[in-house]
Amino acid sequence: MQSANEWPLFEIFIRARSGIDHKHVGSVHASDAQLALEHARDVYTRRLEGVSIWVVRSSDIVASDPADAEELFEPARDKIYRHPTFYDIPEEVKTL
Amino acid sequence: MSELAGTTSAVGSDAPTEARFRYVLRLADTSLILAQRLGEWIGKAPALEEELGLANTALDLLGQARLFLSYATELEGRGRSEDELAFLRDQSAYLNFALVEQPNGDFAQSIVRQFLVDAYLLELYEALQHSADARLAEIAAKAVKEARYHARYSAGWLIRLGDGTEESHMRSQRALDTLWPFVRELFDADELDTQMAEAKVAPSLDAIERLWSVRVDEVLRQAMLKRPTTTPFKWYGKRGEHSEHLGYLLADFQYMQRAYPGASW
Repeated sequence: MQSANEWPLFEIFIRARSGIDHKHVGSVHASDAQLALEHARDVYTRRLEGVSIWVVRSSDIVASDPADAEELFEPARDKIYRHPTFYDIPEEVKTL
Repeated sequence: MSELAGTTSAVGSDAPTEARFRYVLRLADTSLILAQRLGEWIGKAPALEEELGLANTALDLLGQARLFLSYATELEGRGRSEDELAFLRDQSAYLNFALVEQPNGDFAQSIVRQFLVDAYLLELYEALQHSADARLAEIAAKAVKEARYHARYSAGWLIRLGDGTEESHMRSQRALDTLWPFVRELFDADELDTQMAEAKVAPSLDAIERLWSVRVDEVLRQAMLKRPTTTPFKWYGKRGEHSEHLGYLLADFQYMQRAYPGASW
């Protein structure tokens, strides 16, 4: 995966402000998780982008294979009734 | 420029203005020269992430230098601007510690230099927040947050290098031995330091040294590095007596203002 003298890769997730989800913003190389956090701070929060950082070793992320997209996602395509768009929403309900 | 400039006047202290000017200049120049040194890593750092980290620290230090310089121009009261102070003094008029003008060397040497200074500035700014000089207290309150991060960053690296590979350990111990003689000056109180401490403008350097030593010893222990023995050899960069390295640094640093006087962004 990576050459012997290159630091491992970490994926960076930043929470823009309290109450918002952490969002994936990119990745950094670092020798360990703590330094990845500091690199992420230096690379991705220079312009007040966030209030919290998560780092995850990229190799720890289990990802779906794009080649499996057909069997994983296609079956949902013709099941539009799963979207809650067929209900009449009373006027009084402001947020749903 | 800064949000802090001009918000408080230089009241609340008995120390003569001229002495305070020189003291503030020491603080300004130490940050300024170290910022310039860190800036030399741009384009050459071992990794992109590290380059941004070093540049961020450099920019923090430059910001601190500007706050101090701008206060220094007011204390001096001779109409010299911040830029004139920063760029148009001769070598012996710079009052930074000789430690910060030492060359970057390898990454280990830059990190060791950074850690020794970060640990010092952190304790100094913590204490300066209670300075009798209200303006210095304000600047310190802002700078101490940056200093906490800097100390964490450089200590983290020093531990990784010292307790890393055989080569990184060798290089960091070598850097520590090379730079240690320049540490003495940080705590060797001269007349000005004593005067500032008596006026409660600055903390006593003995107290700072005790706190610094505890912090440094703990990091060196984790880094498996040996604290060098103190040598009788002394530098007095803070009195304008510099090592041969400062002249070269200033030639780079001052080039623009010397070539294009008054140039600004």
